[in-house]
Amino acid sequence: MTSITRMTAALLGATALAAPAVAADVEVLHWWTSGGEAAAVSVLKDDLEGKGTGWVDMAVAGGGGDAAMTTLRARVTAGDPPTAAQMLGMSVREWADEGFLGDLNTVAAEEGWDEVVPPAVQGFGKHEGKWVAAPVNMHRPHWVWASASIFEELGLEMPTTWDEFFAAADKIQEAGYVAVAQGGQAWQEATVWEAVVLGISPDLYRSAVIEADDAALRSEGIVESFEIMRKIRGYVDPNFAGRDWNLATAMVINGEAGMQIMGDWAKGEVINAGLTPGEEVLCGVSPGTQGAFLFNTDFFAMFDVGDDKKEAQLQMASSAMSPEFQETFNLAKGSIPARTDVSGDNFDICAQKSMADLAEATASDTLFGSLAHGHGQPASVQAAYLDVVTQHFNSDMSAEDAANALADAVAAAQ
Amino acid sequence: MRFFRTYLPQLTLLPSLILVIVTVYGFIALTVVISLTRSKMLPRFDRWEGFENYLKVWNHPRWEVAMENFAIFGGLYIGLTLAIGMALAIFLDQKIRAEGALRTIYLYPMALSFIVTGVAWQWLMAPDLGLERAFQMWGWESFRFDWIKQSDLAIYCVVIAGVWQASGFVMALFLAALRGINQEIYAAARIDGASTPRLYWHVIVPALRPAFLTAIVVQGHLAIKSYDLVVALTGGGPGFATELPSTFMYEFTFSRNEMALGAASAVMMLVLVTILIVPYLYSELRDER
Repeated sequence: MTSITRMTAALLGATALAAPAVAADVEVLHWWTSGGEAAAVSVLKDDLEGKGTGWVDMAVAGGGGDAAMTTLRARVTAGDPPTAAQMLGMSVREWADEGFLGDLNTVAAEEGWDEVVPPAVQGFGKHEGKWVAAPVNMHRPHWVWASASIFEELGLEMPTTWDEFFAAADKIQEAGYVAVAQGGQAWQEATVWEAVVLGISPDLYRSAVIEADDAALRSEGIVESFEIMRKIRGYVDPNFAGRDWNLATAMVINGEAGMQIMGDWAKGEVINAGLTPGEEVLCGVSPGTQGAFLFNTDFFAMFDVGDDKKEAQLQMASSAMSPEFQETFNLAKGSIPARTDVSGDNFDICAQKSMADLAEATASDTLFGSLAHGHGQPASVQAAYLDVVTQHFNSDMSAEDAANALADAVAAAQ
Repeated sequence: MRFFRTYLPQLTLLPSLILVIVTVYGFIALTVVISLTRSKMLPRFDRWEGFENYLKVWNHPRWEVAMENFAIFGGLYIGLTLAIGMALAIFLDQKIRAEGALRTIYLYPMALSFIVTGVAWQWLMAPDLGLERAFQMWGWESFRFDWIKQSDLAIYCVVIAGVWQASGFVMALFLAALRGINQEIYAAARIDGASTPRLYWHVIVPALRPAFLTAIVVQGHLAIKSYDLVVALTGGGPGFATELPSTFMYEFTFSRNEMALGAASAVMMLVLVTILIVPYLYSELRDER
């Protein structure tokens, strides 16, 4: 053996020795940086480290994930994707369409993901029959959060129709409170709008939002939805523009405002204030949506990485899908597990209601992805919806004009 | 050795030249190319759209709002900073006491970043928190100042904050130019019997022409680039009432997965800057010759 070949052999040996240490790391891009969320993620990190898999944290805060997605794009374009990245459903689909995601089918088949994950969620986690992303939670964006003290004082019940909602709002306003606490950002207005559309009928949501059907977008139902939006606008205090959602939630928590229509992440604010969701702050689904269910889910999308990282990636997918992690994580996050076989015993009554409603909606095929939260349409089309909804809400546009503008904008963005 | 001696200036400039060519002009070219493709989430060069994206940008309601706002913001921002800056400079130039301290006070806003200005003014202009509430608590019950919450007036809030920040800078430019004017001109005008307003209007202000040009170009390109101020002050809202070309560009490129449209709007911004800069360069280069 010449010295050169010996050296090569030694080098190869060294690489072979070094390889497992490198291979056993997962690099995870996410934007869970707030207290509760960061704690929830570290549960997964500790679990993996216990199994000998290192965790390289790439937390990119800001902009509801915008900043993280920009970073991700730069990494992938440079040919250096992370092992996994937090993503919303439509992003998973778009990245899978671009062909950048890996294949989790071996672990998914072994652990029977197909049986425990609701089909609507599978629609995002699977791409052409291949599992490409592990879903970790399900949020429900169409809740009404109500101040128990105001409701008790005025003898109100949680409204189940829009008529009841406005009757309650009238009473709250007469009593000198803000009736509807609303934040002023496009996604918050869209959160309300999609709840209104779903409340009019699940079929309308299916045709006008999920299918983006032109006739449905110009239909009476959508006109009605904008009329309801205009009425809601009348109960919002004048200072709402630009307000963050959590400040609106705080108005309900502090008993300054009667109701807020917002997703179940609002529970985090309630808990942080030392209160119990369902007691001091009441929860109910938005008017007319009992029996239907909108969701948005955070996925760990798994990138197509080299074979040396594959094993750690599958390990991470398996851990993220384990019932134990899903329970711990979702208790911290305010959402419910993305797998339906996790017991609800440790969850609060709002989450328990979510779980029961989820089963009901799955059975009756009224479980849809949320438009405002990246599960209804690809980003470009979603933005077209948000533009019109926010423009209508912040101007004196008529409901008919809004419906037509919406159909035009959606057609242009397709 | 001789080679080095002859070409040393060129050689020392070479690294920065390469850097500028690649990172500035190279990426401008890349942006132009992307604007002609059908890139959505990532840049893609396999499908071409031609100038379709430019049509889409010009037909987009948000771009319409952005251009309208740019006209309002750009016009008022440049006009007001120039007027206020010049007035401050002329007043400070009257050989007053404590001029140094006053100059610093007026110039200080420039030391802040637009983000800080935006956040501070957002608080000041929020009706439930800032000026409106303060005046009402001091007893002026009917005082209203809620422009920032109104779609048609919010852009003027951006103007106010921008003018507050940049007027001092323009003042400094004019003050420097005023100090550069030969004192004998003042004396000569006085001897000819010119009143103070006449002196300024007919003699001094025309002599400030180069300072005007500099101020317009600097403020003009700041107006086009202005992004952080809007983001911090209004977040583009209410709705998208305070959209500017730069927020449009960022939004479409990075959060709406419409990279080609974003690139097209960026090229449009470049054209706007060019329209502003070229006359300036032209006059500068002509003077040199």
